[in-house]
Amino acid sequence: MKLNLKIWRQKDANTKGQIKDYPIDGVDGDMSFLEMMDILNEDLITKGEEPVEFDHDCREGICGSCSMQINGEPHGPDRLVTTCQLHMRKFNDGDTIVIEPFRAKAFPVIKDLIVDRSAFDRIQQAGGYISVNTSGNTVDANAIPINKENADDSFYAAACIGCGACVAACKNASAMLFTSAKVSQFALLPQGQVEATERVQNMVRQMDLEGFGNCTNTGACEVECPKGISLENIARMNREYLSANIKG
Amino acid sequence: MGILDSKIPSGPLADKWTKHKNAIDLVNPANKRNIDVIVVGTGLAGGSAAATLAELGYNVKTFCYQDSPRRAHSIAAQGGINAAKNYQGDGDSNYRLFYDTVKGGDYRSREANVYRLAEVSGNIIDQCVAQGVPFAREYGGLLDNRSFGGVLVSRTFYAKGQTGQQLLLGAYAAMNRQINRGKIQSFNRHEMMDLVKIDGKARGIIARNLVTGEIERHSAHAVVLASGGYGNVFFLSTNAMGSNVMAAWRAHRRGAFFANPCYTQIHPTCIPVSGEHQSKLTLMSESLRNDGRIWVPKHKKDAEAIRNGKLKPIELKEEDRDYYLERRYPAFGNLVPRDVASRAAKERCDAGFGVNKTGEAVYLDFAAAIMRYGKEKALTSGLKDADDNTIRQLGEEVVEAKYGNLFQMYEKIVDENPYKTPMKIYPAVHYTMGGLWVDYNLQTTIEGCYAAGEANFSDHGANRLGASALMQGLADGYFVLPYTIGDYLSKDIRTGKIPTDSAEFEAAEKEVRDRITKLKAGKGTHSVDYYHKKLGKIMWNKCGMSRNAKELQEAIDEISALRADFWENVRVPGSPETKNQELEKAGRVADFLELGELFAKDALSRNESCGGHFREEYQTPEGEALRDDENFKFVSAWEYKGEPKDAVLHKEDLVYENIELKTRSYK
Repeated sequence: MKLNLKIWRQKDANTKGQIKDYPIDGVDGDMSFLEMMDILNEDLITKGEEPVEFDHDCREGICGSCSMQINGEPHGPDRLVTTCQLHMRKFNDGDTIVIEPFRAKAFPVIKDLIVDRSAFDRIQQAGGYISVNTSGNTVDANAIPINKENADDSFYAAACIGCGACVAACKNASAMLFTSAKVSQFALLPQGQVEATERVQNMVRQMDLEGFGNCTNTGACEVECPKGISLENIARMNREYLSANIKG
Repeated sequence: MGILDSKIPSGPLADKWTKHKNAIDLVNPANKRNIDVIVVGTGLAGGSAAATLAELGYNVKTFCYQDSPRRAHSIAAQGGINAAKNYQGDGDSNYRLFYDTVKGGDYRSREANVYRLAEVSGNIIDQCVAQGVPFAREYGGLLDNRSFGGVLVSRTFYAKGQTGQQLLLGAYAAMNRQINRGKIQSFNRHEMMDLVKIDGKARGIIARNLVTGEIERHSAHAVVLASGGYGNVFFLSTNAMGSNVMAAWRAHRRGAFFANPCYTQIHPTCIPVSGEHQSKLTLMSESLRNDGRIWVPKHKKDAEAIRNGKLKPIELKEEDRDYYLERRYPAFGNLVPRDVASRAAKERCDAGFGVNKTGEAVYLDFAAAIMRYGKEKALTSGLKDADDNTIRQLGEEVVEAKYGNLFQMYEKIVDENPYKTPMKIYPAVHYTMGGLWVDYNLQTTIEGCYAAGEANFSDHGANRLGASALMQGLADGYFVLPYTIGDYLSKDIRTGKIPTDSAEFEAAEKEVRDRITKLKAGKGTHSVDYYHKKLGKIMWNKCGMSRNAKELQEAIDEISALRADFWENVRVPGSPETKNQELEKAGRVADFLELGELFAKDALSRNESCGGHFREEYQTPEGEALRDDENFKFVSAWEYKGEPKDAVLHKEDLVYENIELKTRSYK
């Protein structure tokens, strides 16, 4: 396939970026989107130009590193996949593809398609954990039976890979889906109950401090989430937050 | 021999660890506040070690090249984590887990370390559940288990096909708690470029800030390397693209011996290579072998027809299929260990029975499992006379609940529906059992420099059983290293802060800067990937699933020549003073070009077949690995002397007091 790529180039956080054209030929349907980018970069290096930088690592759809906005959608047109698992067979010969970084105030651009998502880490640090010592002196695991449905729902919330697609998809750049997924994981487990009040208050406070926008329930986050994290988590977090505030 | 003191405690196997813990010098909590520890790598081993050390009271700095510790490659582990809990009442015990692991590793691991691993394994599950890791559960609310290759019990705990992710997020959460308390400072998008030694002791690292390009000095009283394995020396592997050997290799160059570099795990169930453009291989969890049956056509003409697209696998009659693992290994069947399953697949494909275009794939078939589960489900749902279609549909639902995300991943990559047609799989490089040599305390041959998880060598021998890597990473990080490091640090309570303006830091930083300048000086037009791919081809063809003396010697010569060409001609665009991914890759590939040669040299020196090291010259008439315990029952530990060709071999004899060395048989 022949494609016309339009790619955002930006030297660093302080330099203005711009879209540049990169025609590419010989793209095979079996290639992943990132392998197509590898070919472009190989070509640029051989010509003595600087390659396009983008975050990627596991290339198995699980590490959450890749973060491209492809034709206006985080991770591109396919549903339930990350960019590394998007294959070129989803495109047609002659297509123009616009490739940009995830856009959000809380995700400043580092270079080209790479953005800084450390705001997510800080939200987790504010309370996305259970305060248990790693001493090895805990009770036997089977001493805490957990209803299978709750365990499964907790797992589905915990499946979030922290890629930031929810933020990039949201017109308000809200991080509600991400934050609520972690709140939900623990809210559904008995181990998470003890500090539930503080957890949700601290995490929401940090989320707001980072400059993410508000949630207006448009649902774009759920549609673009590569792991199918459900909007129910946002509802659950709102309930948790409300009851935490009532409790004080 | 004298150099390698394994420091294995004396006494009965089952008492060694307890006895050792009781003998270790403790550091008073008030003194821990004055001691700094650096942890490089934040996967299962590094993340759990950092969290635990911080909780104990040490000041911890962590380093990872990713933008967040949550992205370490442990996250990609799918199938599960072993623990000898015997929840299933199927006869499991610490001894049995220990026995399976030593046998699975082809009697090339250290008894005392493996027993300790088995001993703490149960505690890992308790710890993770307390942290809120959502493991799979049964309807009664208790934890569920499944089985993995090389064992006859169900001891694997799991969270669908995302166990590694959930365990890593547990360790990451534990880290976050300590970051919030100010006990861990985490340096993300940072890479360790060198280890700094003062008076023979590891006292810090030189790191590069990958965003600004700044070269930084960080001092500490001890340095823990938990930087993973070196499978990317093959270019194509199941490892993350950024996964590299730099931290371990820099330590090796500073005096840490590198053990058993030739032991590589080739995982039997990966998605086959589809073409030259491929950058990465994707694993299909070994847990699939609980239900999937592996086969190729019995007749060459059918294999050929399938390759040409004239015959579909589902059209082939049962009697025309060769379920070769069930045929060759009736006791373990499809659940033989990874090295055995991988070699058997290669043998069938080499013999002309491969089923994809390139002839390098076998089938992993779920049809039988779908019908079996479907029947059960129909009966329990009160459908006594369900037709085949209903049964199939019900069965697909059960299989989806167990392996859904893996099936989805396969379909996205291959564009075929694995519920309707068997998966195509082939072996691929997955995990490296070799690594930095460590003693029982996990200390390398450099005082104060420790190695944990895949970065060390000690627990898996010549082959790793499935679901054991997660177990070892977390055992080292949560329960072993935080204790054993005290033995060393107790002598450091009066040392005080280590200054970073010493001559040693100065010199190490200069070397790092010179190396970057040298990498930038290449005059040719080839990219870093060009060299990496060439190295990978040499490694796969000559140091891969089977090896022989002639080709290993060729590999040594070819890698050496390739390395010379690399330093002369590699083109690294851009500036070192900014984010520069090509420069990052160049530094890593430069190390792979040295490690690859040592790998081949180690493989050439080991005149036997064991586990992940199969020398064609040493095999039984049935094609099974032929070990030589008389001459090779040792760990190869290589000392750096400049060029890899000059590396000096030291041997740690492996002593088996509790296990009789037998020929491995899974028949």
